[in-house]
Amino acid sequence: MSGSPGKFAVEPERYEFSAGPMHHFEMLRRDFFKLLGAGIAVFTVAKDSRAMQETAPARGFHAEDLPKEIDAWLHIGEDGGVTAFTGKVEIGQNIRTSLAQTVADELRVPFESVRMVTADTALTPFDFGTVGSRSTPTMTPQLRRVAAAARDLLVGVAAKEWNVPREGLKAADAKVSDPASGRSLRYAELARGKTLAQNLPAEDPVTPPAEWTVAGKSIPKVDGRAFVTGRHQYTPDLRPPGLLYGKVLRPPSFDATLTSYDDTAAKAMPGVVVVHDGDFIGAAAPSEREAQKALDAIQTKWKETPQISNREIFAYLKKNAAANTEDRYRKQNGSVEEGLAHAAHRLDTTHTIAFIAHAPLESRAAVAEWTDGKLTVWTGTQRPFAVRDELASVFHIPESSVRVIVPDMGSAYGGKHTSDAALEAARLARAAGRPVRMFWTREEEFTWAYFRPAGVIEIKSGITPEGTLTAWEYHNYNSGISAIETPYVVPNRRIEFHPVPFNMRQGSYRGLAATANVFARETHMDAVARAAKIDPLEFRLKNISDPRLRAVFEAAAKSFGWPRKKTQEGQGFGLGGGTEKGGYVATFAEIAVDRVAGSVRVVRVVTAYECGAIVNPDGLRNQVIGAIIQGMGGALFEAIEFENGRITNPHFASYRVPRFRDVPEIEAILLDRKDLPPAGAGETPMLGIAPAIGNAIFDATGVRLNSLPLAPNGVNA
Amino acid sequence: MPIELEVNGKRYPVHYDPDTPLLYVLRDEIGLTGTKYGCGEGQCGACTVLIGGAPRRSCQTSVSAAAAKPITTIEGLEKDGRLHPVQQAFLDAGAFQCAYCTPGMIMSSVGLLQGNANPSSAEIVQFLQGNVCRCGTHPRIVDAIHQAAKAMQEHGR
Repeated sequence: MSGSPGKFAVEPERYEFSAGPMHHFEMLRRDFFKLLGAGIAVFTVAKDSRAMQETAPARGFHAEDLPKEIDAWLHIGEDGGVTAFTGKVEIGQNIRTSLAQTVADELRVPFESVRMVTADTALTPFDFGTVGSRSTPTMTPQLRRVAAAARDLLVGVAAKEWNVPREGLKAADAKVSDPASGRSLRYAELARGKTLAQNLPAEDPVTPPAEWTVAGKSIPKVDGRAFVTGRHQYTPDLRPPGLLYGKVLRPPSFDATLTSYDDTAAKAMPGVVVVHDGDFIGAAAPSEREAQKALDAIQTKWKETPQISNREIFAYLKKNAAANTEDRYRKQNGSVEEGLAHAAHRLDTTHTIAFIAHAPLESRAAVAEWTDGKLTVWTGTQRPFAVRDELASVFHIPESSVRVIVPDMGSAYGGKHTSDAALEAARLARAAGRPVRMFWTREEEFTWAYFRPAGVIEIKSGITPEGTLTAWEYHNYNSGISAIETPYVVPNRRIEFHPVPFNMRQGSYRGLAATANVFARETHMDAVARAAKIDPLEFRLKNISDPRLRAVFEAAAKSFGWPRKKTQEGQGFGLGGGTEKGGYVATFAEIAVDRVAGSVRVVRVVTAYECGAIVNPDGLRNQVIGAIIQGMGGALFEAIEFENGRITNPHFASYRVPRFRDVPEIEAILLDRKDLPPAGAGETPMLGIAPAIGNAIFDATGVRLNSLPLAPNGVNA
Repeated sequence: MPIELEVNGKRYPVHYDPDTPLLYVLRDEIGLTGTKYGCGEGQCGACTVLIGGAPRRSCQTSVSAAAAKPITTIEGLEKDGRLHPVQQAFLDAGAFQCAYCTPGMIMSSVGLLQGNANPSSAEIVQFLQGNVCRCGTHPRIVDAIHQAAKAMQEHGR
């Protein structure tokens, strides 16, 4: 069998949507100053092709005096205020704050003087999307480079003003000073009366983490007051004049097709606009209720097709795996057969992973408005530029006629990569000739969004009598390739991903398949260690070569007090960890099983996380603890149930998410590596909790749970 | 004759049907959008407001049933530019991430503290069990409520 010697394909994984084409950026230089007033504008050119792939490719301004392949810009106003632009979206991960810290740090200005303009396709650089924990590793250096270029430009302006060589001048505290003469000029003074736009190459080096002054600090969330007073407007809170409320008539099941349609009664209702276009049926009305009444009055018949249920899904995935695995989905080193033959202990395990839903509290929403053939859409999406392109393509208008704006969002967790609500609102708004809001109900969100892929994972391994891995065979059906490679050293291994064609909508979810792969691997590792009577932590450390992974396991173990002696009936301890997207996590859990009721309670969790230099420790802590709590849902009880193309638990009453009573005592240890560039933290902290809980349940009961969710109905022990 | 609502000390005539849930009247007719739709089924607490001082799910209360008593929404907590101690405590504790659940969490907490000036952690957890936070900010929310309780006792609010 052939196998590619390198790593698994590094392009966004199958379930991340692939990168779109490069696009023209329409904002002209004069518009820039019109928008922001006089001052100094700095544009930087993409530093390398890799950064361009991620975010850069604004293929060129239409204005002749602006260069090609600009990837970042910022503006310094006459009042010294700094405006920086990013195509990233704020979804609760706190980038509005952490990116402003980065700009302030590099430009040497107070944090308060920096304002971030985010996710507006008419104003911000092209961006692939706020996905894959890339905002910090790619956007941070990009903004640092443009801020460094701006700082350099300000020094040059001051040098010219004073007619001195620039080399002796210093930029700090929002001013340029000349130590030789004692003179200084504030940035505001340097920007006054100017409309200076400079295109500069983006050069390294930028300020290393050890010298950060604003970045690295726990600065509270920008605009926090707007959130605690209810003043912040999320997409569904926008109410432009003349707004109508949209509703879409959903088919009774997935893949159902419309066979008969009559909207006579609905069309007769006053103030109601009905749209019927193929299988799309929607209505807009002056209130949501009236829109719903209009839909209720539409007579439809549908042809439905029988479909499988969640009870059969894992057998289906195994049976329907694509026959020919592509090379990029497999990897082989040495001979697994030989490795197994020489092993003292061997173990086979099979793991299953259920479909789960993101259930962001702000469900999908959009407000669309057409003016003179141009479309503006406010929507909760992680990919504003992709939404813009899709709208342009669907309505056959140029991209320059579509503007997508993303208000800071009521979260997403990887669930808002698509354009659904935006397309629906835009369709209805075009027919109505007035702005229309679409705001999915909770049931729609649970049913018509997409799910984290279900999967089956099979693992075979062998170890020496001393506990060194000799063989590792790993097959993942459908759930994905993220973190599919083992971070443990194994001379003989075969790792394969098997895509499965399936009609249910599946896609990105915080952590992607890394949650499933780390769960399966760490559960298997625990079982191997227990079978060989080796301490599970010792077994992992013995097989780790990466010092960063070792460091998080050791830090968490120390704080948790591993190994611990049981002091109570039903008590259990477990651990799990891994690495993905430049982050390293190790999680230890203490659980308590009530043997009579079978209930599982997570008592205490200790997690160590390392993602290079920390930009905002308090924000990071919030993300790490949040990831653990959210991860507990998928670990213990979350599962989408379905039958014949219908979701049968599309409500918070039947789809259980973590609530206050589920939350244990959680300690997050943040390892700050000032010698390393910052990596993302939105996803990877989630990876350790499921195996830690599962392994702790085994420790408490002797029952090995190999599937997610672990204990939706408790444990029979 | 239209129903009249008293919200945050102001009176509003309501033209929506009397059986419309209060949530839609607040958000879409009156324009007080701080109160959030999260599920429309009384399962997530994002739409919590105070009706006659008691925390209620506005998606489960018809506007006609709500009309008899004064209503307070998240917009009505701030007085003369000063945040309510619960708002201040959420801000100080950084007790939000996406913050979409925050208005409902704050209104529920205000309701809790009105009936129990110094709740234990267990009592807070019990009271907020019906409020969903998907970002996992629960520990900070509990901390914020303890802080708010302390501040309110010290300042006699």
